[in-house]
Amino acid sequence: MTIRSISTYLLILLSLTSSLALAEDMTLKMSTTTSTEASGLLDVLLPALEQDTGIKVKVIAKGTGAAIRDGIDGNVDLVFVHDPEREEAFVQAGYGTRRYAIMHNDFVIVGPENDPAGIKGMTNGAKALQQIAATGAEFISRGDDSGTHAKEQALWQASGVPLTGTEAPFVYPENSKGWYLSVGQGMGKTLTLADEKLAYTLTDRGTYIKYAYGRDIPIEISILCEGGDELANPYGVIPVHPDKHPHVRHERAEQMVQWLISARGQEIIAGYRLHDQQLFFPDALTR
Amino acid sequence: MSFFVDSFTSAFRLIWTLDPELLTIVRVSLSVSCTATVCAALVGVPTGFIVAYGRLPGKRAIITLLNTLLALPTVVIGLLVYTFISRRGIFGHLDLLYTQKAMIIGQFILIVPLIAALTVAAVSRVDERYRNTAKTLGANAWQTALVVLREGRFGIAAAVISAFGRVISEIGIAMMLGGNIKGFTRTMTTAMALEYDKGAFTLAVALGMVLMVLSLGMNIVFNLIQGKALR
Repeated sequence: MTIRSISTYLLILLSLTSSLALAEDMTLKMSTTTSTEASGLLDVLLPALEQDTGIKVKVIAKGTGAAIRDGIDGNVDLVFVHDPEREEAFVQAGYGTRRYAIMHNDFVIVGPENDPAGIKGMTNGAKALQQIAATGAEFISRGDDSGTHAKEQALWQASGVPLTGTEAPFVYPENSKGWYLSVGQGMGKTLTLADEKLAYTLTDRGTYIKYAYGRDIPIEISILCEGGDELANPYGVIPVHPDKHPHVRHERAEQMVQWLISARGQEIIAGYRLHDQQLFFPDALTR
Repeated sequence: MSFFVDSFTSAFRLIWTLDPELLTIVRVSLSVSCTATVCAALVGVPTGFIVAYGRLPGKRAIITLLNTLLALPTVVIGLLVYTFISRRGIFGHLDLLYTQKAMIIGQFILIVPLIAALTVAAVSRVDERYRNTAKTLGANAWQTALVVLREGRFGIAAAVISAFGRVISEIGIAMMLGGNIKGFTRTMTTAMALEYDKGAFTLAVALGMVLMVLSLGMNIVFNLIQGKALR
């Protein structure tokens, strides 16, 4: 082998390893909620991000509780979740640098067409839950410490229904054995379950639309209660703090967030439509 | 390291204080798995015995079929049963989905082939001479079969115990057909998966320990029985 061919070989090897290292540097890990993932938004948003900035994102979809836990443990570079209270606590405890409001959509209460609890047309989620409890109609709870579960908890608190709970911080209506089912699964599975049992459940609109229109066999439960202020569902992104976890790619994460709140990122979010319906409403531009 | 220690100490506390939620989950797990195992044993043991003992045509084919069914993944069984008992399925009106009965049906299907195949192996291992001796001593067909069954009893017990181990630790069927409903169909394995999803590990670790202790206990009991018999 001549000197020349060896040096060519080395050169190729060198350029290969450096490009690999570069690619590694451009890859972020993000924990997010099942609803963001299931809505299909990320399938549009992330390729555009990569095109503009070169940042690749590995997505890990879990409940909000687990996603935040990933941030606390330093398993990811940023989290994209929807539970403002816990997000605030996450930042306060020093695990995140700052919460960026990205977008919102809303929660709806879905249930069977014959509507045994008579909540059709209501806008107040807490009142609707009160009526479901009063009639003892079957209600399915996510029960998995997710953002949707947190919202359901807040609605029960506001409903005035007497609550009980052995498993703090979770509460559920008193004497609800038999009609209040806590299933501990993601939004899609919970909807399938509610459909199967013809029961009520609280869901984010995005996942519901995806499941109602996007499957071969459409589901038979429909939106009965929507529109109230307390049903808003804000999403935030928080980069993990490099002081707590020095190994996180904080600069890249920050760059990604800046892109998300830029006009371009926000336009893509606003433009994302599923079955002809806008799913998410950008929050960063209006500020 | 502290993460590890913390998880284990709080898990121990849960077990030590007999946490009611933990107990409910363990109870659901045990009652579903025991019922499934007993039903499967009632079908699987006689099937396996007849296949091994009887002079059936196509015996090899049956054994091959049983061994193939052993490899059936839990999600396939879950899916199959689901399509039958879903509200839109043939047995939809029975309202079985997301009940303990549904889990028992799925687990039953899972372990009948296991019990049958292991029974076949256990009975086939029984020395041919027992059968011949019994016949020579004037035993009728039933008595001869009983002698062989008696000789194979430990292998059969092992089959049933390993089937129980299989159902108590499986998750696919429990999750798909049970639906992980708190207090009704939440088993040790589905609860552990949920706790992991929640990012909370205490209960999961506690349940994992209970599961390990259960299987250890089962094996000790089994060994004792076997030891006594050998003496």
